[in-house]
Amino acid sequence: MTEVNLANVTKDYGSVRAVHGIDLGIGDGEFVVLVGPSGCGKSTTLRMIAGLESISGGEITIGGRLVNDLPPRERNISMVFQNYALYPHMTVRENLGFSLRIAKADAAAIRTAVRDAADILGLNELLDRKPAELSGGQRQRVAMGRAIVRHPDVFLFDEPLSNLDAKLRTQMRVEIKKLHQRVGNTIIYVTHDQVEAMTLADRIVLMRDGHIVQVGTPLDLFNAPVSTFVATFIGSPPMNLIDGTATDDDTIRLANGLVVPVPASARGLLQAEQKVQFGFRADNLMPAGHAVQEDGEMAELDLTVTLTEPLGTETLLFTDVAGTEVQAKMLNPRPVRPGETLKFHLMLDKCHVFDAISSQAIRS
Amino acid sequence: MTRRRLPEWFVLLLPAIVVIAAVVLIPLIFSLYSSFTPYKLTRPSTLWRWVGTYNYEKILTDAKFWAAFGRTVLFLTVVLNLELLLGLGIALLMNRVTWGQRTLRTILMFPMMFSPILVGFQFKFIFNDNIGLVNNVLQSLGSDAALPWLVDGRLAMFSIMFAEIWMSTSVFAILILAGLFAMPRDPLEAAKVDGCTPWQTFRHITLPFLMPFIYIAMTIRSLDVARAYDIVQIMTGGGPARRTELLWTLMSRTGYVDARMGLANAMGYVSILLSILFTIYFFRKLSAARAEIGMAG
Repeated sequence: MTEVNLANVTKDYGSVRAVHGIDLGIGDGEFVVLVGPSGCGKSTTLRMIAGLESISGGEITIGGRLVNDLPPRERNISMVFQNYALYPHMTVRENLGFSLRIAKADAAAIRTAVRDAADILGLNELLDRKPAELSGGQRQRVAMGRAIVRHPDVFLFDEPLSNLDAKLRTQMRVEIKKLHQRVGNTIIYVTHDQVEAMTLADRIVLMRDGHIVQVGTPLDLFNAPVSTFVATFIGSPPMNLIDGTATDDDTIRLANGLVVPVPASARGLLQAEQKVQFGFRADNLMPAGHAVQEDGEMAELDLTVTLTEPLGTETLLFTDVAGTEVQAKMLNPRPVRPGETLKFHLMLDKCHVFDAISSQAIRS
Repeated sequence: MTRRRLPEWFVLLLPAIVVIAAVVLIPLIFSLYSSFTPYKLTRPSTLWRWVGTYNYEKILTDAKFWAAFGRTVLFLTVVLNLELLLGLGIALLMNRVTWGQRTLRTILMFPMMFSPILVGFQFKFIFNDNIGLVNNVLQSLGSDAALPWLVDGRLAMFSIMFAEIWMSTSVFAILILAGLFAMPRDPLEAAKVDGCTPWQTFRHITLPFLMPFIYIAMTIRSLDVARAYDIVQIMTGGGPARRTELLWTLMSRTGYVDARMGLANAMGYVSILLSILFTIYFFRKLSAARAEIGMAG
């Protein structure tokens, strides 16, 4: 059983604090994704867990064992690096078997372990090649193979897919998920790509400026973002946010005077004249007749389309609500010309309200 | 009457051919020819007497020549290996320096900036058995032996090696440092995670990556050391009693002191084999090491 626990972990570079007291518990076999914009401290956190960075404060335990001062080799972890970090002078076979050779495993055991890993990742034909003779995707698979050969307690992935092209990235994402289902180890995965985070994670840890902003399942973060940062970071396209002011009769007056009712989740929590941001996703603003049929409160808006992005199964419509550009989604799309005015339905049940000053969600 | 015109390519190449002939080809042919004559500088007419392979036969049976040859090989082996070890050590240490590294790198090059003649004089003084620094230090530390650094055969060899190493270790250090700079960091971290101790990381990851750089340094320095002359000439002159005689001091003595240029040239041609062999050896190693880390092509 391998839980990983971080208690008030900090990292200082000189006088600059890169990670501000992180608390995080990761369960055995859990797939946790650390996500956030660059410079948010996610990689630093991962490297502290790996033992490649010293820990300035707090405690990290792996499987109940305090590892703060243990070198990486005594933590029983393995790591997949962004640039693969293969040993250039070794063949794929030697790369895969290196950790076992260092651990003085006997030759037969190394052969078996290498063969098993090569089977799982489809590397059998490449075993005698050097890394320089492999494509990016193949190198990535070797790097993963090298990580699983040892049967470590925890896998650490540091942006493993960011050097691959889009198609290969999707493919490898599936392979990583399959790998997790197959070996069932604890995985901590760092990425800046919210799609990777959403598709892979059991739990997402969203970080910003060295702090954890929100921890939860992908759907938690998607459906109940704690702040405008989460709302715009998670989900594509990002959530639309419109400035508005609360009134005293449970409505919100948007910038151009348009008045919408306060969504049920925030009802009774707003003070009159409180500055707010009114948020909704493109999926919740749909042209009449091209929407998902849903019950619940709706507002009807006549909006003029300024730009379209057809994606096949749906078309993104750019329009303007109260002076702010917003995106809407059209299902079963028909061709729409810019300048056309359509009747839109805004699903109020799915809307969010954020305090304009603190950016925090207002939700019961 | 029609003049035959030279082919165009030949005309175009002519300047290069003339220069190469003057600078390389003619001296080469002349020296090769003279090695088959009993040419004495003091009697130019001897240049026209052909003695066939007499000089070469004489060299092959000459114990003094082979002693110098063997000593040069020994000198090369010891000096190159020690310079490698020291240079590697210095480079690894320098690589960890984070502040003032540029300055240190410049300082490191200082010994290379001196003329070998001056280095020779300097160490001749340092190792002087009478007034030298080393013996003075030893004596003030309580030893009453005045070690004959430049007189005893073994000690003299050691002193010369010391001077040579002092002057040129930085060649290794600089080239290996360049290798360390070029080295990707990721595999080192991967090795740490894979369970390597620092020594294992060095042995299995760093060293294979540095090998091409080491062989480049080896090639350069083997050519350099094989023609070691100035330091030896200044410090011991090949003496005492030829106990520090290397190929080049022997050749210069034979050619200029004894004036037997024909014989000296023959020695040159035999000993050039040594340099060629070392160069081929290190180049083989170099391309193997480059292929090893995927730098070939």
